[in-house]
Amino acid sequence: MSAGKISSGSEIDDPGYPTPEENYLTNSKGLLSWIFTLDHKRIGVMYLVGVSVAFLVAGLLAIGIRLHLMSPDGWFLETGAVKAITGDKPTNDVYNQVFTLHGAIMVFLFIIPSVPAALGNFLVPIMLGAKDVAFPRLNLSSFYLWMFGAFFFISALLASGLDTGWTFYTPYSTTSNTSVILATSGAFILGFSSIFTGLNFIVTINTMRPPGMTWFRMPLFLWATYATSIIQVLATPVLGITLLLLIAERTMHIGIFDPQYNGDPVTFQHFFWFYSHPAVYIMILPAFGVISELISVHSHKRIFGYRFVAYSSIAIALLGFLVWGHHMFTSGMSPVTTIIFSALTFSVSVPSAIKVFNWLATMYKGSISLTTPMVYAIVFIFLFTIGGLTGLHLGTLATDQHLHDSYFVVAHFHFVMVGGTLVAFLGGVFHWWPKMFGKMYSEKGGIASAALVFIGFLVTFLPQFILGSRGMPRRYATYDPEFQTLHVASSIGSLILGLGLFVALFVLLKSLFSKERAPANMWGGATLEWACTSPPPFYNFQRAPAVDDPYDFTDIVWDSVSERYVRVEPERKLAPEEQPAHAGE
Amino acid sequence: MSAHEGSKEGYDFAHPLPLSLLFGVFLALTALTVVTVAQASFDLGSFDIVVVMFIATIKACLVMGIFMHLAWDKPFNILMFVGSFVFVALFIVTTLYDSRATSQDSIPVTNDIVAGPNPKVES
Amino acid sequence: MATSEAGHSADQHAGDAHGHDHDHPDYLAHHFDTPEQQFDSGKLGMWLFLVTEVLFFSGMFCAYAIFRAWRPEVFEGCSQFLNTKLGAINTGVLLFSSFTMAWAVRASQLEEHKKTAALIATTLCCAMVFLGVKAVEYSHKWAMGLLPAGLFSYDENNPHPPGPNWLLYICMPFIVITIGVFLWMVFSWATKAKFQFQCAKPLFFVCLSFFGGVYLGTVLEPKVEDHAVHASADGHADAAEHAEGDPHAEGDSHAEGEAEAAGADEGEHTEEAHEAAPAEEETEEPVIELGSVVPKSGTMVDTSRDLEIQRKLASVEANSAVRDELNALERQDMNASGAITYHQTDDTSNTIAGSEEDVMRRSRAGVFFSIYYCMTGVHAIHILAGIGVLVWLLVRSLRKDFNRNYYGPVDYVGLYWHLVDLIWIYLFPLMYLIR
Repeated sequence: MSAGKISSGSEIDDPGYPTPEENYLTNSKGLLSWIFTLDHKRIGVMYLVGVSVAFLVAGLLAIGIRLHLMSPDGWFLETGAVKAITGDKPTNDVYNQVFTLHGAIMVFLFIIPSVPAALGNFLVPIMLGAKDVAFPRLNLSSFYLWMFGAFFFISALLASGLDTGWTFYTPYSTTSNTSVILATSGAFILGFSSIFTGLNFIVTINTMRPPGMTWFRMPLFLWATYATSIIQVLATPVLGITLLLLIAERTMHIGIFDPQYNGDPVTFQHFFWFYSHPAVYIMILPAFGVISELISVHSHKRIFGYRFVAYSSIAIALLGFLVWGHHMFTSGMSPVTTIIFSALTFSVSVPSAIKVFNWLATMYKGSISLTTPMVYAIVFIFLFTIGGLTGLHLGTLATDQHLHDSYFVVAHFHFVMVGGTLVAFLGGVFHWWPKMFGKMYSEKGGIASAALVFIGFLVTFLPQFILGSRGMPRRYATYDPEFQTLHVASSIGSLILGLGLFVALFVLLKSLFSKERAPANMWGGATLEWACTSPPPFYNFQRAPAVDDPYDFTDIVWDSVSERYVRVEPERKLAPEEQPAHAGE
Repeated sequence: MSAHEGSKEGYDFAHPLPLSLLFGVFLALTALTVVTVAQASFDLGSFDIVVVMFIATIKACLVMGIFMHLAWDKPFNILMFVGSFVFVALFIVTTLYDSRATSQDSIPVTNDIVAGPNPKVES
Repeated sequence: MATSEAGHSADQHAGDAHGHDHDHPDYLAHHFDTPEQQFDSGKLGMWLFLVTEVLFFSGMFCAYAIFRAWRPEVFEGCSQFLNTKLGAINTGVLLFSSFTMAWAVRASQLEEHKKTAALIATTLCCAMVFLGVKAVEYSHKWAMGLLPAGLFSYDENNPHPPGPNWLLYICMPFIVITIGVFLWMVFSWATKAKFQFQCAKPLFFVCLSFFGGVYLGTVLEPKVEDHAVHASADGHADAAEHAEGDPHAEGDSHAEGEAEAAGADEGEHTEEAHEAAPAEEETEEPVIELGSVVPKSGTMVDTSRDLEIQRKLASVEANSAVRDELNALERQDMNASGAITYHQTDDTSNTIAGSEEDVMRRSRAGVFFSIYYCMTGVHAIHILAGIGVLVWLLVRSLRKDFNRNYYGPVDYVGLYWHLVDLIWIYLFPLMYLIR
């Protein structure tokens, strides 16, 4: 690893720089080099594969649910093919287990680790200009904890299913005959995986920043990741103890949550939501970070109100701890508490709205290129806004009495989690795919997938708002015939959505086999990951990267000869004392 | 970083605490334990818990400040650790408040004496 | 703050452009620039881990607060069963171990290798004494049936029923480990494996100190017995005796098994058992005093046999009438005991009738002991984990791994150990000192 004198600027295709052939994917070979890797990029890629598999499983379960609800008396789970697997279990029990596993796998195995663990692991050190995360071994162990937890979930699925819903509410979870203990142990382990990831990122961002990378030169994705990590560290342990007590309750009947021994189920709900409401922000905050990057890069315009977007991430993280009670309005909380929680719930919408307005303002008069990631980002803004606003209906005490536990809640949740997090995740994957693997996918295919996802999503979940407000309760295997039209529409939508996701998968996988190499700076981004080769070399940077404003696109221009973005001779805007004084490695 | 002035940057950042200080803290902690056990034999009524927790908190501060070097640590570490207690307090106080407020009135009332002054919740 | 450090570290490198060879000592991981950066990262990581620990424990403190606020008299009554003397001794032991740990950090910073190892070994010994005392406390309570709500089987008229010698069971793994360490020590001494012997020697004393703790506990436990509410005999010694050759031991374990089957279906059992039992007190609800009634009611066995027969009959498809009756009995019992309705059992104690004597029930004392076992148990698990890392630290300190630029691991383990102490500082008054 030689470090010559830095010449000028950061022209990356200069001689002496390693060729793209020497990268993190090729620097060592064999399965073992992946299994024992400490490289954050490889761990990120392994997470990406892992969460995608989990998503596939849970997604297929979701399609199973939707197909079942084609008919008021249930259809799909009654069919011969399914019966061949489930045996003589009553169909409604099977339905309970299918939706529980759909929820639990999606939440614990997919959404929570999707953006922070998969994209975050790959990007955080590179965006920061560091060689690796602060604790590479901890990072690898948190991946294996994730695998281990996933294994528990799968065994629960195979053993006897799980029918409590992903929330494990007592007293149902203390009396259910399904493998609650296996699943809660899985969630407990996954919690540790999540804590270690968050801890690692906080330390990395705090202590591993290279010279020149001040707090307010960090890309907004890092701010969002930082905020997420704070929640992971503060909230997840409470889930840990809750699940531990639940296991004790099931095995020893400790009587803390179980009314049979004078326990209090509402206390369980407090414990659970103290984690799980902030966990909702673990799911959505990194998506905000992704979108901030996407919008700015593809509009080729400085992000509007950088500091506001950055601070709003932290504000959401902290306010997220004050609102857990809005999940329990109908559970028998005291009236005073419900009013306080309802009022506080509205406060979260302020920083969220700040973000949306800032994204729109960034796009305004920007030079927008409608690339696949940008299309996904626009889809995100549209869907997330609907999801966020319908959240206010549910946060209002009076309307929540009517809408609670109805399809309205299902629709709201999916607008935020699928329309929000999943779409942002896909956008992020499309955005950084050329960086990760050095290959470019077919833009047409990518945009087609975005369009299918968008249409499929709306057809699936818009009817559910109507269903919910008309009184269709959630989690039911059968329903009144009057709801059938909307249910069928929703089911058809889910097929379109599924098709869109398969197209996205196909487009991405196909690109891996193409010969064409993606340039280092695919989109004309100014953050540090675009300053290294695609795919990045093993230690990310051969020499300390020159840290500059991450949203200053003035020096990056499209060179029509080489058909790629190049950085023109930069006029350094740094003050002399901020100049990196050396060329490190 | 006043702790390591004059040394090569990045090296010699250790600042060992004097043994007398450590031992003094240990003695103080032991003395406070004796006090807290001794006070238990007096009936202080409802102040009991307050007194006990006050002594425990003094002990905790000694351990955190001296043994855990928090008094000489970076402000950010102090903020992190002490901040976590804010979240603990938020969690416990809210849950406790709510549980206090509902433990009476959500019970199906079968006995007149149980019915408290609170109105019955219809939620 | 962190920025300025990063800045410094950069300056430090300014002279030689790539300091990888000269400036990266063995102990410095490749992705850090300076030992200080490495130390700071580790320390911040450790603090964050402690934050998660604090929040982890907060759940149990919350449960404690809820139930104590709800029924202070239960906590007062049950706290009498905890031995203040043992608790105070354990507090002292932990405080001393904290002191030696802090001293070990100082010694490692000053590169006093021998002292560091000795102090870490002392800390380990204290941890073991703590566990030894805890083992005595636990086994004593288990023998008395002071268990979590579902298993709670305390009977004030017969507080020391014969049962297995729990203390022996708890000691068993420690005995095995001690023998193993002893063999290792002898073996390494015989083969002149100097470093291994160096490690095994302190570890052997560490193992022995567990039994020191057990001895300390057994000596102190009976004395306090007199001032504890009901006890007459020495709990575990008693239990040990009985376990040796008491013919009734079997019947007793039967009672325990009964208590374990804590489902709603055992309620009717209680009802009947209660009727059969001499009416020694006017309990409003014959709820879950199963454990207390079983051992002395002679008719009990018959009742349960009846029940067995009934159950068998009910399992035959045709006997729907028996099954219905059984179900009806169960439901009736659930209604009667209040198990079926949320908080129903709460009522009696708010009435005049609800007084001290029915504190010792599953849904009262049982919950206290649930919380007690959860909190002290999770704390004990943390002690065990601490012992694990301290042993690792001991070996490394004997290897002289630490110096003034690399003492991080000692410091981090120290922080963890102090946190464990910190939690005990709160647990002790909250559990043992309720008057």
